[in-house]
Amino acid sequence: MLSKKQARAFFLGGTLVTFLVFILLTVYSLSASNDQTNHENLTDSVVRGKEIWESNNCMGCHTLLGEGAYYAPELTKVVDRLNLKYDGNGEEVIKSILMSEGPWQPNGRKMVAYGMTEQEATDVVAFFKWIGQIDLNGFDRIVSPLAKDKINN
Amino acid sequence: MKYKSQKVAYWFFALSMLLLILQIVYGFIMGFARIGFDNLHDFIPFNTARAVHTNLLVVWLLSGFMGAAYYIIPEEAQKELVSVKLAYVQLISLALVGVVAIIGFHFNIWEGRKFLEIPRPLDYLVVVNVLLFLGLILTTLFTGKRRTTTALVLSMGLLFAALLYLPGMLPFDSQVTDSFFRWWVVHLWVEGVWELIMGGILSFLLIKLTGVDREVIEKWLYVIVGLTFLSGVLGTGHHYYYIGVNKIWIIVGGIFSALEPLAFLAMALFAVNMYRKGEKKHPNKLALYWTLGAAIVSFVGAGLLGFAHTLPQTNLYTHGTLVTAMHGHLAFWGAYAMIVLAIISYSLPNMTGRKLYESSRGRAAFWLSNIGMIGMTVAFGVAGVAQVYLERKFGMDFMTVQKEISIHFVVLIICATMFATGIVLYIVDFYKHGTPTDEALEIKE
Repeated sequence: MLSKKQARAFFLGGTLVTFLVFILLTVYSLSASNDQTNHENLTDSVVRGKEIWESNNCMGCHTLLGEGAYYAPELTKVVDRLNLKYDGNGEEVIKSILMSEGPWQPNGRKMVAYGMTEQEATDVVAFFKWIGQIDLNGFDRIVSPLAKDKINN
Repeated sequence: MKYKSQKVAYWFFALSMLLLILQIVYGFIMGFARIGFDNLHDFIPFNTARAVHTNLLVVWLLSGFMGAAYYIIPEEAQKELVSVKLAYVQLISLALVGVVAIIGFHFNIWEGRKFLEIPRPLDYLVVVNVLLFLGLILTTLFTGKRRTTTALVLSMGLLFAALLYLPGMLPFDSQVTDSFFRWWVVHLWVEGVWELIMGGILSFLLIKLTGVDREVIEKWLYVIVGLTFLSGVLGTGHHYYYIGVNKIWIIVGGIFSALEPLAFLAMALFAVNMYRKGEKKHPNKLALYWTLGAAIVSFVGAGLLGFAHTLPQTNLYTHGTLVTAMHGHLAFWGAYAMIVLAIISYSLPNMTGRKLYESSRGRAAFWLSNIGMIGMTVAFGVAGVAQVYLERKFGMDFMTVQKEISIHFVVLIICATMFATGIVLYIVDFYKHGTPTDEALEIKE
């Protein structure tokens, strides 16, 4: 039967080993040859866009890379999506929403009116475009192969 | 109660109760917004309500864990707390940081990173606060008469929780790496070191309530926390499947996070078995309800419902949907909220000398809150699965789907009302116990 000493060794040993493996995997996955975070395409505008995204807690309603609050649309490929919907004017639509002085309320669900400047809105769009280029291992708004076929045909 | 200084725990628990009620109020604001009653939008938009809801959860649970440590450590170390005055300073500063952060959220002052919205300057104050707390707990423990496994596991959980707050403060230009290290805090807290805290409190309660030999309980405590880390650390990978990092995490995260329910299963089996083995019939049945309840509901909420969407093939569909909210609610409730309510139910009569074990109000609080929370979880689950089908399989637009599933939020609000009634009854019970007194020192537990 397991003794308390053995149980402690299991706990300490297991913890140490898994933490070490975890750190090694972190180094491995972020190392230059395995990195797929789209780091190389970061620009000053994208970084400013990220700061605007964070300082207004956009993730408190939207999701990005599938992370957020599920109250407002997923924005990972928002520029592409709105380009399809508005005949290639996706960027302009996003900017007009961000620069609007009155609350944008599609289907009655309100978004805070941020009244951003042209520059700020451009930075946020740059951020969205950068996000849209990341390799997400197959994650998309529509993932079912059947649904994809239906849309393509 | 054996030591005068344990009384300080009461005020941490009282703070927890206050913040819990506020958390529920903001939950209702979000629920109503989802069914179209967004009348408070100009003052409390959804992102404010959400940040307040989740951050209050973290602060009230932390306050509960701290109260638990101030109650448990003196008794385990057989020594008065090294400084009661500093413990009160720590309590007041914790409350102040929490309140300032929450007010700031209403004025667009935050960091906007999911679960870690507290602005950076306040992060530093949190660090100072937690260092003071750890200083008091660890000094008491290491100058005490004995160092039990229960006390060591609890303190280790608290120490690691403090250390793991730091990766969340690293600045990154990339959203991907930012998110990557944010999970070091969030995941390794709730699916790692917080389970040590939960295990420590659970072990203390089982020793007190069942009378089973400490050596037996503590041996299994090691096995459980061992399983937690063995699966939970590499299980962090389940957050990395689809956020823009290497595919290696799909394999590693998939395998290890599938093992995560084992730790919770072990915890549930452990608690139920110790209860069966125990010969001591402790009169505080309410504390026993909450203790066994925590072990069982955490297995369902964190273990089973976590497993339901943790495999990469499933998560491809459920990632970024309300399915996550389903799992999150029952997991936090079972694993952490219930264990805090358990230690409060156990310690309150000991600190105040008022043994209100037999109240039907206490039992009603337990059942109403649990049934209400299970109902909420089902409502989130149905809404989440419908969202997955309509959006990810049929390609419908996000907002159209939200309209389709809004009926489930009506159900959610009804169940949340039941849940909130249970919590209000619990708090009435808390209030009826009165404040702690030194006279309670003489009463046998």
